[in-house]
Amino acid sequence: MMIKGKELRQVYTELLIERAKTDDRIVVLEADLMKASGTTPFKETYPERFVDVGVAEANMIGTAAGMAVMGKIPFAHSFTPFATRRVFDQMTISVSYAKLSVKIGGTDPGVLAELNGATHMSVEDAGIVRSIPGMTVVEPADNVQLLSLFPQIADMDGPVYMRLARKNKELYFDEGTEFELGKIHEMKDGSDVTIICSGHMIQYAKKAVDILEKEGISVRLLNMHTLKPVDKDPIIKAAKETGAIVTAENHSVINGWGTAVSEVLSQYQPVPLEKIGINDHFGEVGMEDFLIEKYKMTPLDIIEAVKKVLKRKKG
Amino acid sequence: MFILKEAKTKELEKKANEIRCLTIEMIGKLGVGHVGGSLSIIEALTTLYQNHMRVDPDNPKWEERDHFVLSKGHGGPGLYAVLADKGFFPKDWIETLNKPNTRLPSHCDRVLTPGIDMTAGSLGQGLSAAVGMAIVKKMDKKESRVYCIIGDGESQEGQIWEASMLAGNKKLDNLTVFLDHNKLQIDGTVKDINSIEPVADKWEAFGWHCIPVNGHDVAEIDKAISEAKETRGQPTMIILNTVKGKGAFFAENKLSCHNMKVSTEDWKKAVAELNKAEV
Repeated sequence: MMIKGKELRQVYTELLIERAKTDDRIVVLEADLMKASGTTPFKETYPERFVDVGVAEANMIGTAAGMAVMGKIPFAHSFTPFATRRVFDQMTISVSYAKLSVKIGGTDPGVLAELNGATHMSVEDAGIVRSIPGMTVVEPADNVQLLSLFPQIADMDGPVYMRLARKNKELYFDEGTEFELGKIHEMKDGSDVTIICSGHMIQYAKKAVDILEKEGISVRLLNMHTLKPVDKDPIIKAAKETGAIVTAENHSVINGWGTAVSEVLSQYQPVPLEKIGINDHFGEVGMEDFLIEKYKMTPLDIIEAVKKVLKRKKG
Repeated sequence: MFILKEAKTKELEKKANEIRCLTIEMIGKLGVGHVGGSLSIIEALTTLYQNHMRVDPDNPKWEERDHFVLSKGHGGPGLYAVLADKGFFPKDWIETLNKPNTRLPSHCDRVLTPGIDMTAGSLGQGLSAAVGMAIVKKMDKKESRVYCIIGDGESQEGQIWEASMLAGNKKLDNLTVFLDHNKLQIDGTVKDINSIEPVADKWEAFGWHCIPVNGHDVAEIDKAISEAKETRGQPTMIILNTVKGKGAFFAENKLSCHNMKVSTEDWKKAVAELNKAEV
């Protein structure tokens, strides 16, 4: 599949269509955001396997659950807040407690909601969903990662929440790189400090690493694409071998990636930790560059966090 | 053609009485439970499972079966009595209702109980699942049908109307929903708390074929289900006018009967009265 230069939502929908060709269990649900999710080509290819419920997200998730009872693999989408906090009880009871393999896609996570502003800027979606027993939470950052993870998400017997940067065209990984759902991906080895990042923050973490390496700081860079289940071992290993960790997420620092990492560290291998992310406040309208600067999520902020954590390590 | 012959009606009434006794015994032996909303739907459940539901107790996951969702999941004990009677699981399971490690929890659970097609308990959600099932049956050109029971208090949930609107617009004529209209909810009468009237008009406005019946008259229920099966181009809503706690003297039409304590003396007396009335 050609992935270069395409938006993530285009590749996502091509993957759905390709899979649907040989798997009649694939069905797609929307709640009046088909165009935003980019699933229009699926509707055109398989109109009978596409359900737009209108602006009724709770009913979309419940309907998807009923379709899963019938043996289908439903993929349901909305913007992150409406795919999670608005339907939290439906996800919890009708989907996860009922052990139904519904795949839920939340688009425009965190600051990527940009001009839709605070109401659409979900900074807690992954955090609340990870508290649901049995739910897998994954953030495929670019088309390379999506290409590798999508079949695993579809095949997995269980519900999955996907955080999708629908408009992203950038590739953060070399084409052909393979990822394993539930396993941390090591992007670069290093010995002084570890940065653990996810999704949109990968690009900023990479920039920070380039600068830090030039300054003679050896940085290990880990991509934690799966927030839940947490892949403990590489975190414990990084703590033992580098002694200091910085997390970088396009999400609240409460209950997201930084919290998940700190839970592992505090239990198995306590080391100094600094968290980059949204610091317990709502979002607002603004383009991404403005927002990440205001919320202190830039490469320079990551570098500052690294220096702080190194100081504490020497402490 | 829809009217049940008298002998068949008597047989169904007798079965409903047995199921009602079993439900009272089940909750009575535990000493507490959702008496009211379990007993109000006994005739509907009995008629549905005796005369209409295509199910195989030996193969609860049979792909060609009709599906049933008890969206008002707290009516579980009434449904468990029906499923036990049909042979979906051993009858002595009813002794385990809500006991540690039971497979019969107070609210229906598709993972735990053979014959339960959907987990429910958080009100308003089951109907959406029933709609999803009906959509797939149309998609896959299956002949089988979907049945669902919702409550009148439950009808205050917005999700009920989201699902109702979609089912009407999708013309899901393979979906039949029963409204257990017993007029009572936990905090008072449905009318006083937040009335759902005129309820038949609402469902009709959402594109449904509406049939109001006496919810304790098996012949009327049977006729309505047959009519629903014949109805084309729209889903059917059968409004069961019921009495909450029907048949148990200690519960009938009492506000407290939603979830109440039941003494051994009371449940035994209620069952004896029902058996006596039968003779």
